[in-house]
Amino acid sequence: MLKKNDIAPDFTLFATPDQKITLSDFKGKNVILAFYPADWSPVCSDQMALYNEMLQFFKKYDAEIFGISVDSKWCHMAFSQSRNLHFPLLADFEPKGEISKKYGVYNETEGECNRALFVIDKEGMIQWSYLSPMAINPGANGILEALEKL
Amino acid sequence: MSLKPEVSKTDHIQGKKDAKIVIVEYGDYQCPYCGAAYPILKEMMKKYGKQIEFVFRNFPLSEMHQHARPAAIVAEAAALQGKFWEMHDAIYENQRFLSEPFLLELAERLWLDPHQLNTDIKKTELAAKVDADFESGVMSGVNGTPSFFVNGRKFNAGADDLLLLMSEIVK
Repeated sequence: MLKKNDIAPDFTLFATPDQKITLSDFKGKNVILAFYPADWSPVCSDQMALYNEMLQFFKKYDAEIFGISVDSKWCHMAFSQSRNLHFPLLADFEPKGEISKKYGVYNETEGECNRALFVIDKEGMIQWSYLSPMAINPGANGILEALEKL
Repeated sequence: MSLKPEVSKTDHIQGKKDAKIVIVEYGDYQCPYCGAAYPILKEMMKKYGKQIEFVFRNFPLSEMHQHARPAAIVAEAAALQGKFWEMHDAIYENQRFLSEPFLLELAERLWLDPHQLNTDIKKTELAAKVDADFESGVMSGVNGTPSFFVNGRKFNAGADDLLLLMSEIVK
């Protein structure tokens, strides 16, 4: 798994059925990458739903957040609509898990991403990373503490 | 992970003040899991409330639960009339009916001054209190609702396990 002072590998992934997002387009902004196993985990403890409530906090630190899983763009669209999410979910779908593998957070046994967080600074350098146990939603305090230190 | 800030006078407290066991719940009034935890917590306080200080802080997931934040504001407004816990309980006991008109109906049932309530719910202080609770939850490591803290430390399990723990440690 990549860690502090590693260069964040660039990528271009579908964010909606007809729109792609490229990481390097966000140079000059802080970026949070939240890799998570799958869409449709139980509602109230859902990690993405929590981050959705926190966008104003992230904005204070000039940070954009992207969720990433191996689900397809269509699956992300349905999930995003059902949870009223206001930030992009990226589809690491084809080739499956390619970006997760580059970040060292792909789980070969499950065929899913691990639950992992990265905070990337304005120059594209990873400043903080965290691997959470699969079943535990890591919350957001680690992200905020990392943004605070930038 | 630990609770920030610690329990203070601005919190809503029930049970025994300055007890050795302090439990803080971060809850959302529309969250079904909080609704399910409510009777268990009620039972816990009935059995062990003489030795527990129990605190409720707001953690409304507003994007997912449209009535959660209005409910939190109304409960805070009820607190200004000395009826926070009455409103808190009334909301959880009637969670499936939750809506903004229904919150006003509950206020009426609790004999709250309607004029005062209408003024108070628009106050920025109340919105700020709810936001401050939410922010403290985020900084303390709340990852969903309900989240519990026992003596300032995150308790990574549900109300059932909390009740079980209390049955073991409260003498």
